[in-house]
Amino acid sequence: MVEVPLTHGLVLAVILFLLGLVGLLTRRNIFFMMMSVEIMLNAAGLAFIVGSSRWAEADGQLMFIFILSMAAAEVAVGLALILRFYKEYDTLDADAASKMKG
Amino acid sequence: MVLFYIAAFVAVVSTFMVITRLNAVHALVYLVVSLLSVAVTFYLLGAPFAAALEVIIYAGAIMVLFIFVVMMLHLGDKSVAQEQAWFNLSMWIGPGILSLILFVEIFYLILSNPNESRGQVVVDARQVGITLYGPYIIAVELAAVLLMAGIVGAYYLGKEKTTVLHRFLKKQEDG
Repeated sequence: MVEVPLTHGLVLAVILFLLGLVGLLTRRNIFFMMMSVEIMLNAAGLAFIVGSSRWAEADGQLMFIFILSMAAAEVAVGLALILRFYKEYDTLDADAASKMKG
Repeated sequence: MVLFYIAAFVAVVSTFMVITRLNAVHALVYLVVSLLSVAVTFYLLGAPFAAALEVIIYAGAIMVLFIFVVMMLHLGDKSVAQEQAWFNLSMWIGPGILSLILFVEIFYLILSNPNESRGQVVVDARQVGITLYGPYIIAVELAAVLLMAGIVGAYYLGKEKTTVLHRFLKKQEDG
């Protein structure tokens, strides 16, 4: 079995990232926007793993671990915000919060 | 190498399904399949430790958080009819087939001779751990601070807001 070429792994990461970006831009449901952000973070992690595998170094995997812990913190805060949002506006439509209070 | 393309195909298809679903739980099931397939590609790229972390933390812990929030957002009586509609068979076919592909792939990987060189240098957990607690120790501490901030932020935002009156003001109103 031959080694997976660097470019193919990077192309996969880019495809996943763009799918996440398209999802983020097209959906107006704040919950789906959150999931799209997760997809994009995961694609970034995939790019790091591909680099790590190409040069057989552990650094790429470390960056993936840091992305993972960052995603965990982000999800905790983001989901708490979604809960508050739903209580406040009774909807998950992101456009509902387009006006500021002041 | 063919295995990598199969896993990549499953990842792209399931991610596409995530962003086109209308139902949040359907999208979550596809998202779990997508994360699992990315974990398989990690394994094939010689990063077994990262693959394990992807399954345990991403597909396990973070997805459970999402599902809890979907449960907390449920909309009373309407949710029962919704639950009935969600439990149909046709919804399970898509993620089921994609997961089956991944399962067959992993099965093949386990059964194939592990000593046979896969043409891929494996960076194992030992090497990752030595680097993590050597040159990257500052980053580990920063990640700890970040997680602490996440916990405090989630607690503060998730707390029910009660109308807080100052205690002297309250006494005045009572009297």
